[in-house]
Amino acid sequence: MATESIKYLSPDTENKAKTQVFPRPGQHTTGLIDWLTTIDHKKIGLMYGLTALFFLIVGGIEALLIRSQLWDHNMTVLTNREYNQMFTMHGTTMVFLVIMPLSAAFFNFVMPLQIGARDVAFPRMNTLSLWCFIVGGLVLNLSWFFTGGSPAIGWFGYAPLTDTRFAEVIGDMGPDFWIFSLQILGVASLLASFNFITTIINMRAPGMTMMRLPVFTWMTLIVSFLIILAFPAITIALVELMFDRTYGTNFFDFLEGGKPHLWQHLFWIFGHPEVYILILPAMGIVSEVIPVFSRKPLFGYGLIVFSGAIIGFMGFAVWSHHMFTTGMGVVATSAFAMLTMLIAIPTGVKIFNWIGTMWGGRIRFDTPMLFALGFITMFMIGGFTGIMHSSVPIDAQHQDSYFVVAHFHYVLIGGALFGLYCGFYFWLPKMSGRLMNEKLGKFVFTLMFIGFNLTFFPMHYLGMIGQPRRTHTYNEGHGFEMWNQAATIGAFILGVGIVIGIYQFVNSFFNKKLKPAGKNPWDARTLEWTLSSPVKEYNFSRTPIIKARDQAWENNYGSKENHSEKEPLDDHGVHMPDRSWWPLVTALGLFGLCLGMLFHRNIDPSGELVRNYTVAIAGGAVMVFGIIMWALEGPGGYHLFPKEEEE
Amino acid sequence: MSDASAHALEHHEPVTSTGIPNKKVLMWAFLGSDCMFFGTLISTHLIYRKISATVGGNFLDIRDVFDIELTSFSTFILLASSLFMALAVSAIHKGNLKSTRWMLLGTIVFGAIFLACQVYEFTHFVHAPGNELTLSTYRGEPHVFGSTFYVLTGTHGTHVAIGVFWLLGWLAYSFTGKMSTAHALDVEICGLYWHFVDIVWIIIFPVVYLMEYAL
Ligand code: HEM
Ligand SMILES: [Cu+2]
Repeated sequence: MATESIKYLSPDTENKAKTQVFPRPGQHTTGLIDWLTTIDHKKIGLMYGLTALFFLIVGGIEALLIRSQLWDHNMTVLTNREYNQMFTMHGTTMVFLVIMPLSAAFFNFVMPLQIGARDVAFPRMNTLSLWCFIVGGLVLNLSWFFTGGSPAIGWFGYAPLTDTRFAEVIGDMGPDFWIFSLQILGVASLLASFNFITTIINMRAPGMTMMRLPVFTWMTLIVSFLIILAFPAITIALVELMFDRTYGTNFFDFLEGGKPHLWQHLFWIFGHPEVYILILPAMGIVSEVIPVFSRKPLFGYGLIVFSGAIIGFMGFAVWSHHMFTTGMGVVATSAFAMLTMLIAIPTGVKIFNWIGTMWGGRIRFDTPMLFALGFITMFMIGGFTGIMHSSVPIDAQHQDSYFVVAHFHYVLIGGALFGLYCGFYFWLPKMSGRLMNEKLGKFVFTLMFIGFNLTFFPMHYLGMIGQPRRTHTYNEGHGFEMWNQAATIGAFILGVGIVIGIYQFVNSFFNKKLKPAGKNPWDARTLEWTLSSPVKEYNFSRTPIIKARDQAWENNYGSKENHSEKEPLDDHGVHMPDRSWWPLVTALGLFGLCLGMLFHRNIDPSGELVRNYTVAIAGGAVMVFGIIMWALEGPGGYHLFPKEEEE
Repeated sequence: MSDASAHALEHHEPVTSTGIPNKKVLMWAFLGSDCMFFGTLISTHLIYRKISATVGGNFLDIRDVFDIELTSFSTFILLASSLFMALAVSAIHKGNLKSTRWMLLGTIVFGAIFLACQVYEFTHFVHAPGNELTLSTYRGEPHVFGSTFYVLTGTHGTHVAIGVFWLLGWLAYSFTGKMSTAHALDVEICGLYWHFVDIVWIIIFPVVYLMEYAL
């Protein structure tokens, strides 16, 4: 990136004297080594995005197989076990390998730019999060190739489905792969969240007070807190489950005194905050996009931020609405019903804020705005059905029916995925430096909107007339066929829309014929739009001094005293930390440790169980070695001397 | 650290928005999260303690296997180690390398004694004649107490062990001749972790052990 005009202090890095195993990649590293060792938050964001889009296709194929099986009564596209595996893998993939990492892609790419930082607080740790995510995705999908194939336990892994004695296939390893991959993905999410929290609290440019933070950054902060407080519950639940399956403990084993019910509590204590982890980033994106395309400041900034925080807080107090039919007792059930109804209020507040922002604005209907509008309307439908099943007697009807499937797809696709696609159409020009074809973008939106509604709206009705979810087929005579066929057709239309969208995103990085984006193609409002597209590796040649919320807009249209200033050039130049191999090595060690744990049990010829921890220990040793070398190598660094206009 | 890079780093010790060093914010965020890890484990233990208190129809008396004198001793040792830790942090802030070393060593030794007690306790419990408490049984009958007990206290023990290795790392580093007050922050963060792990034990000890004698 524009290295010609940059002179550098000492060729390559300053720490040649250090303990080294492989040479540390220097300043001018390019190509594969650069991608493997990068610590640049922008490249990490891109890799998160690309990997997640790949898994979106994987999860989508699983979904289409499910829909094909349900096309007609008593179909045989999938056996019942394969069907269970499909919906387990589909759910797990979409939640942990698609929506969360897509959000992380935007957190990584956008948040540091929005607060005026040169990178996140711990760049190498950020790289480790990325590799842990990729390793976790790999472990989950490796399950297809081993005993029993993929897990068939649902994305919620309810006990006693996970009990080894009830496995349909003897020695079924699916649930073990599921456990270990979720643990690694948990590590990835936790590390990333610690990093984002530190970055937002500590690395804001001068003048960027908390109440000047862009809403997307606020949502990043809130989601990071949700992750660090909610993931421990599932991590421990998974540890307990792993002990049950591997060492015979009785946590969830009802034959030996354990309580499967406890699993549900631990899972949903994580699970409900998790649904807000999935939706708040999309809400943040939409809160950035709507003001831009309405050419008005966000209506009620404080309220939006505050209601986001309240949603996050209350999200920890409603988990048992997933368990209304388990017989928790009247008091608990009523309390959770009431809290669930209450949480709809801050959600509604946000919707009114977005409407208020558009009210009286000069609205432009570019693709990002279409997705934002799609988000609001579709998310509202999902919200309404959510409030419906917060009522306990009504939920008794909805529970385990297609009505619930309709609900959560309205919030997850109509909400989260539309919001994330909105983010791609909005921010990709900043990443790639090129504008995408508007016509194709609108076509993608139309396909997705029609396909999505055709798939999921009928499911409300199917649920009402009694089609159970998680069931591989249905008999003739219930009247389920017609709407299931509509849903299947819709799913394929949605799939085509999603894939064309992905093509368009990837294409914008390679197609030189596309129009250059320039600094601020949308006339947008926040700090990242003051930088060139694509953004230079050092982000800001000089740290900006912030004078107002919506700084880019103020610089263009605001009064003089609201224009941002810049810190004086330091004669040391811009300090850039060095790339590193150790995050990758550490993640590979973790991979080895997991494989070692997965395969440590063998049955010897006499039928005895023998445990062999060699691989696990070797993997663990590599991991520890990676961490030690990482600590010894230090951040390193080199200096850049960008000219001022090169931002 | 070579002179050149130490110089470079000093110049770039980032100025943070809050004035609190990044590493410290990171550690506090981790500890907040760790509270939830232990919270989940302790809740699991308490829930099962109440709802599955019998073995073979008889009320479970875990006191038959517990060795409260030993555990009280190891609790005392662990708490005392926090004093050494605090002294080590204070010594490195003052640049007193020799005292830092001794205090780190004291923390490590006390941490190791605690771990040794735990290993002894675990083996002792598993083989207690007539009162064997294993991961899945008590007195030979299926039970959950062993599951929650070993996994909870074992997780805590793992935390202590990680702390011991971390401190050993600093002790080793102090002999390389590169350690200076520039590392005070790192040692302090290590100390934050160590004190936190101690505090968790202050909760576990009454909840898991003492309560069996009181209630
Ligand atoms: C207005 C706010 C919301 C309310 C009141 C609400 C309420 C509920 C309730 C009561 C259930 C349990 C239904 C049952 O199983 O019988 C449920 C399920 C679900 N909700 Fe929501 N919800 C809301 C928003 C969301 C959001 C924003 C998301 C995700 C982005 C979400 C995702 C889910 C999922 C994934 C399930 C099903 C989980 C499963 O059983 O596998 N919900 N919701
Ligand atoms: Cu929920």
